[in-house]
Amino acid sequence: MPELYHYLQQLVNGLTIGSTYALIAIGYTMVYGIIGMINFAHGEVYMIGSYIAFIAITLLAMAGVDSLLPIMFVAFAASMIVTSAYGYSIERFAYRPLRGGNRLIPLISAIGMSIFLQNMVMLSQDSKDKAIPSLLPGNFVLGESAMSGVTISYMQVLIFVVTFLAMLGLSLFISRSRLGRACRACAEDLKMANLLGINTNQIIALTFVIGAALAAVAGVLLGMQYGVINPHLGFLAGIKAFTAAVLGGIGSIPGAVLGGLLLGVAEAFGADLFGDQYKDVVAFSLLVLVLLFRPTGILGRPEVEKV
Amino acid sequence: MSRNLKTALFSTLLLLLISYPILGLKLSVIGIGLQVEGADARTLWTIGLAAVAMFTWQLLRDRLPGAGRLAAMTPSVPGQVKHWLTLPSTQRWIILALVMLALVWPFFGSRAAVDIATLILIYVMLGIGLNIVVGLAGLLDLGYVGFYAVGAYTYALLAEYAGFGFWLALPIAGLMAATFGCLLGFPVLRLRGDYLAIVTLGFGEIIRILLRNLTDITGGPNGISQIPKPTLFGLSFDRRAPEGLETFHGFFGIPYDSTYKVIFLYLIALLLVLLALFVINRLMRMPIGRAWEALREDEIACRSLGLNPTIVKLSAFTLGATFAGFAGSFFAARQGLVTPESFTFIESAMILAIVVLGGMGSQLGIILAAVVMVLLQEMREFNEYRMLIFGLTMIVMMIWRPQGLLPMQRPHLELKS
Repeated sequence: MPELYHYLQQLVNGLTIGSTYALIAIGYTMVYGIIGMINFAHGEVYMIGSYIAFIAITLLAMAGVDSLLPIMFVAFAASMIVTSAYGYSIERFAYRPLRGGNRLIPLISAIGMSIFLQNMVMLSQDSKDKAIPSLLPGNFVLGESAMSGVTISYMQVLIFVVTFLAMLGLSLFISRSRLGRACRACAEDLKMANLLGINTNQIIALTFVIGAALAAVAGVLLGMQYGVINPHLGFLAGIKAFTAAVLGGIGSIPGAVLGGLLLGVAEAFGADLFGDQYKDVVAFSLLVLVLLFRPTGILGRPEVEKV
Repeated sequence: MSRNLKTALFSTLLLLLISYPILGLKLSVIGIGLQVEGADARTLWTIGLAAVAMFTWQLLRDRLPGAGRLAAMTPSVPGQVKHWLTLPSTQRWIILALVMLALVWPFFGSRAAVDIATLILIYVMLGIGLNIVVGLAGLLDLGYVGFYAVGAYTYALLAEYAGFGFWLALPIAGLMAATFGCLLGFPVLRLRGDYLAIVTLGFGEIIRILLRNLTDITGGPNGISQIPKPTLFGLSFDRRAPEGLETFHGFFGIPYDSTYKVIFLYLIALLLVLLALFVINRLMRMPIGRAWEALREDEIACRSLGLNPTIVKLSAFTLGATFAGFAGSFFAARQGLVTPESFTFIESAMILAIVVLGGMGSQLGIILAAVVMVLLQEMREFNEYRMLIFGLTMIVMMIWRPQGLLPMQRPHLELKS
């Protein structure tokens, strides 16, 4: 049954990419859930995360470190710390002064931020593709042989494991910790939470920081999976993650995860069906279709329009 | 003091974290591998100085005497002048003066100046079109460049496969773009502001990807070249006319000069812009124009007064697309070449920035903003930093003057107390 194996292979590839979309989508969905605003610059944060990881990996390689574990640890830590700083500053500089006004104004400012960050990286790191060799080569085959079986690379396993851990950590944080409870309260009713003594500014900044850190995780993983980065990859990844967030129901964290996985699978099968160059068209079309037939997404709550 | 110290340390650390890893370390390709190099000394010094400045400022911000007065120090126009400048009647006179200037411009300006002015007029045209959608109807359209592309490719394809001339293709291009606007707009206009923005962005990208990949029809990434230039009642402006046409200089018995062509193109652009200005000024006073603005202000109130929001929005979307279609076919005629890469998201952002900078809804503002943006783009010294400044301007404008540089007052009545 080579056909079946082929589809299974696409499913695995789709789930791998989809799980990283989910990580980025969580950033969109959390910010949207609390202040009802699309953080358009989120894709650029992901791109910066990839760059920091590449810089860290290259620095360690130059210093002669060649065991996998410390390299991974440093790459993840460095890029999460730096992108957290970015998330915080973006909120502080470009969104906080604009909160509570016309909805279009922060969106335009966010587009400006996205253009600014992309060009900043382009100026300092130039716009050529940067490539590193795979840190985790090799794969294993489920089934009899590569032709009649499903090939899974170690990198894909790593992506699954890390994504799972990150999501587990996030859901524990949101459901158990004090700050997580404050986050949920803010998402429920920002004004009321403020009245009850929650420092809402701090919580909003925190959601930006968490979103940025998760985007960095995705950035490190995808950077290592593809092995190539350039300053332009934030734009497309941002749009796709946003699609994932909307697909699952924006504002809902499990929705973002589900949406990301679905989008990844849809893209993998779409590319298989129509050719690789139409992969992005599949994602955009999916976004349009979802918004047409179920604007609240799969797990989203219907929004009541208030006068 | 200790609180200030904490903030100061925190913001300095933040600044360093943001700037040093990306700006201070550079990935560079050496052979087949990558290496990290430190940036040049100037960048490092700038980062260091910025950090020190940040630290001192945060530490002493309460003690600095001028900190509170900084806002008062920004230059401000006296209230009356500001009032006068934003009056619709004043703006109309300024526009009239600008049109006069534009009419005599080609006969005094150099060839390059006329060329840049033509480019400005294209962006004015696009700005006026997008202004209907964003400024008047309040729908954020991030895929506007898609309709521009439809217009450009309509003329290019008609010229390539059917041998159509510019004047015949112009209305068809407008119609094509309008059809696309209507078809794409119909399903998505029920969506709320920010969803709409992303969906239109997706549409713009889909159009571009399709143009790039339908290689058999559109020529793929290479695009379509040798698109014929417009003619004046069948008179060509080339040195040698194509078959069946006469040349301009031959007809009037004057020596050939390539500036005629540039001036002619400029005048066509001016004609299109004047037409657009005329149409939009009429429309704004018609019920439909009033409905656009009313819908932007309060959709629920509009609905309760019996307006059909879908039809009102759709008309704005379609009309905006039509103008983009005209601008697109003119662009194709001027360049003589269209490729998918002329229609990227950045182009949409640029048009949006023109509308936003000018003050949403104000036509004079759009004209001025188009002049500023195109000149900024043409400045070669800034070329590297152009987009950086562009992004920063968008943020700062939104924070400092969300109403734009030169907004227009709405006609209103004041109750006498």
